[in-house]
Amino acid sequence: MTGKPKLTYFNGRGRMESIRWLLAAAGVEFEEEFLETRAQYQKLIKDGALLFEQVPLVEIDGMKLVQTRAILNYLAAKYKLYGKDLKERAQIDMYVEGTTDLMGMIITFDFTPPKQRNLALIIERATTRYFPVYEKALKQHGQEFLVGSQFSWADVQLLEAILMVEEREPTVLSKFPLLQAFKARMSNIPTIKKFLQPGSPRKPRPDDQYVATVMEVLKKD
Amino acid sequence: MAGKPKLYYFNGRGRMETIRWLLAAAGVEFEEQFCETREDLLKLQQIGYLLFQQMPMVEIDGMKMVQTRAILNYIASKHNLYGKDLKEKALIDMYVEATMDLNELIMHHPLQPSEAKEKNLASIIEKATTRYFPVYEKALKDHGQDFLVGNRFSRADVQLLETILMAEECKPDILSKFPLLQAFKARISNIPTIKKFLQPGSQRKPPLDEKTLTKAKSVFNIGHE
Repeated sequence: MTGKPKLTYFNGRGRMESIRWLLAAAGVEFEEEFLETRAQYQKLIKDGALLFEQVPLVEIDGMKLVQTRAILNYLAAKYKLYGKDLKERAQIDMYVEGTTDLMGMIITFDFTPPKQRNLALIIERATTRYFPVYEKALKQHGQEFLVGSQFSWADVQLLEAILMVEEREPTVLSKFPLLQAFKARMSNIPTIKKFLQPGSPRKPRPDDQYVATVMEVLKKD
Repeated sequence: MAGKPKLYYFNGRGRMETIRWLLAAAGVEFEEQFCETREDLLKLQQIGYLLFQQMPMVEIDGMKMVQTRAILNYIASKHNLYGKDLKEKALIDMYVEATMDLNELIMHHPLQPSEAKEKNLASIIEKATTRYFPVYEKALKDHGQDFLVGNRFSRADVQLLETILMAEECKPDILSKFPLLQAFKARISNIPTIKKFLQPGSQRKPPLDEKTLTKAKSVFNIGHE
């Protein structure tokens, strides 16, 4: 037993990636177990490791945590990335839920049959509903970080979302100068810089192989 | 200015209902402003009330809060319904995230095409009785306490009751194999603030009927995106 948190998920981004980002940003090393077969998944269920039969699973501090937001909330609070009081936490929660919605669209996109995919809608939402909010926030307070003059979960997740959308549309930040500066600034934070380097636990964009593995393991029709 | 919280949504359950439950359970009176038409929603967007152009929105403690979970987290913390420490909070979060998953399935059921409805309902009932309810039944059995977490009333109890009642609307005897959940349901329903919320005339909203569904679809532009 190493004492490091242990992540159980597919060998890809999905719902676990935001958790990897947050741990990495906090400078926390972790182990990973990758789900490759249905038999492996069924064994986890049989052994009672998955409270609601679902992954992500993070084993940390003697708990088997499931449910992405439960895990993220715990990590953010434990590693002091959740603001200094209730109101800052409320602000962080609003921002994080926004980026979660945006990234959720991209996660779903890769599992949507090609004919039904709508990348234009994702880019439209990014550039008219989400990014303007964060650009405006940075403009209004003129500070380095989104909330409370302090690095928080909101900053980590916004960077993750920006990079995810840029992968699909490289010019997406063209009308958002403050977000461009934000992206550069956050990427230079040592723990994040390390995570962005090759060989880190950061996962690549989903490919057909990844999608097929997930569908097979979860037997989704 | 500490006035009553004010809720902005359409006149139906949707994503706001869990927020109504939590405020009611905490004994907090609130006002409501209903969007009846798409124009009402557009107006709120135009005056910049909605951070991400979406409802629910709750005006509370000088903030215009959006995003269901952000709102619920704030209310739960403010009213001491979120456990006594980080570990209790983690357990509560796991429990409520699951009830919200089940709520989501039930909420989307009326939007299914008619040919898919029967199969969808069966799937909801199966998930409720094999994936979700057994977990809460076991939790109550294992610790033998009145409340789900930390021997103390929390948002987990409120949200589980809400979900149980919604599931029963899908299938009245859905708790038949869960004696401890039946007792839990009776016990939590008797808590004075909750008892009050369960009475006619409260701000609890009824299940979606055809008329309300049509109105909701038009306000939220469902089926047009």
